[in-house]
Amino acid sequence: MQKTARSTLAAAGTLAIVLGGFVITPNIVSAAEASAVEEGKRIAFHRAKGNCLSCHKIAGGSQPGNIGPALVNMKARFADKAKLRAQIYDATASNPNTIMPPFGKHKILSKSELDKVVEFIYTL
Amino acid sequence: MKKLLLISAAISVLGAPLASQASPEDDLKTFRGYFMERFPNVPLEEFANGVYAIDADSREQWEAIEEFPPYELAIEEGEELFNTPFKNGKTYASCFRNDGIGVKGDYPYYDTEKGQVETLESAINACRTKNGEKPLKWKQGEIASLSAYMAYTTRGQIIDIKIPHDQRAMDAYENGKHFYYARRGQLNMSCAHCHIDNSGNKIRADLLSPALGQLTHFPVYRSRWGNLGTVHRRFAGCNNQVRALPFKAQSTQYRDLEYFLTYMSNGIPWNGPGARK
Ligand code: HEC
Ligand code: HEC
Repeated sequence: MQKTARSTLAAAGTLAIVLGGFVITPNIVSAAEASAVEEGKRIAFHRAKGNCLSCHKIAGGSQPGNIGPALVNMKARFADKAKLRAQIYDATASNPNTIMPPFGKHKILSKSELDKVVEFIYTL
Repeated sequence: MKKLLLISAAISVLGAPLASQASPEDDLKTFRGYFMERFPNVPLEEFANGVYAIDADSREQWEAIEEFPPYELAIEEGEELFNTPFKNGKTYASCFRNDGIGVKGDYPYYDTEKGQVETLESAINACRTKNGEKPLKWKQGEIASLSAYMAYTTRGQIIDIKIPHDQRAMDAYENGKHFYYARRGQLNMSCAHCHIDNSGNKIRADLLSPALGQLTHFPVYRSRWGNLGTVHRRFAGCNNQVRALPFKAQSTQYRDLEYFLTYMSNGIPWNGPGARK
């Protein structure tokens, strides 16, 4: 049941991308966004995917590590969403000594997974 | 393809605290100084106890475990194996100084004849082959029990690993040091990232032990393993965690790594075998 709901939302997401730039009903857009955030959260928390909780405190996650800063106020920290994406894509670009894994550059997350994680993190 | 991805990660050496090529003596001073400053309330010899030296809560659980040490049976098994003659009538004692009692401190050392670092485990297997026996598997089982017994008879001695002024020994040391500071694996982390820069921090629910004193207590009984393992088993585990291809136990890389890291524990007592989470 849940699965069906999710794949419907995923389909809506695809539609939104395909139709990007065209006029689409507000209903579909928000459903697609909600789905990306929801999936982004799942990917961010999953131990075999983002596993961001191993280093960051994130609202809604349990037993966080304390290697990196708590992820809060993300819109204030990153006025430009592309900068947030860049941090997650390859943290070594801004800090060559960082311990944070280069999730995009090393293909730990696929492009679409990374995009969803960015959507989720940006809600924090 | 997947394998390629795992090892293709760029290897770069990190900065602090051992950036340039210095003498091992200078390295040791800097290394120890860093941890003494990071953990000002922890006396040097306490670093033999890993995370339990720096965290009161887990220390309490550990002390309870140590009342009925989970490695005790392995020490007994090791002692029995140690004293059981080979088919040729000789025993392990014949291969070691002082009949093999209290000699773990002789390892690792640079063997100029073999041209490589000799570890306690490689010496145990060399003893077997010299006496016509098959070598044991490297990471667990009988070799860990033998090693545990030999560590046990060495408890309390102060670690004093020597790096002779032989270029090849120096190269092995440098190679091990490089390994500790090099990024590795798909997750792109070095040992130093976790055990130097972030020692005392938590990665998810796990507290990260300081690199100082990290090799005093091997082989180790890990609750997660449910049995005893050698130090190279632990190295492979930490390589796996960052999705790097682990090297083989007793590979040159791990021997050199053990050489460097044990040297960095100089001045701290041997206290193996140990028990850890
Ligand atoms: C192994 C540790 C580790 C992991 C895993 C990790 N990070 Fe980080 N992260 C850090 C550290 C340390 C910093 C601090 C800045 C630096 O070192 O570059 C950081 C910084 C950040 C920042 C910038 C925060 C700010 O306010 O400037 C963001 C955003 C971030 N991480 C997101 C993530 C996301 C999303 C994931 C998972 C997909 C993740 N991190 C996984 C260690 C980690
Ligand atoms: C992603 C983080 C991480 C990296 C990178 C890492 N380790 Fe670990 N290591 C751990 C954790 C977690 C433990 C278990 C808790 C502890 O004792 O630190 C551990 C434990 C150990 C132990 C056992 C400590 C003890 O007291 O028994 C040794 C030795 C060790 N690591 C060596 C290494 C070496 C060598 C490397 C690099 C090849 C390395 N680690 C890389 C996380 C890491």
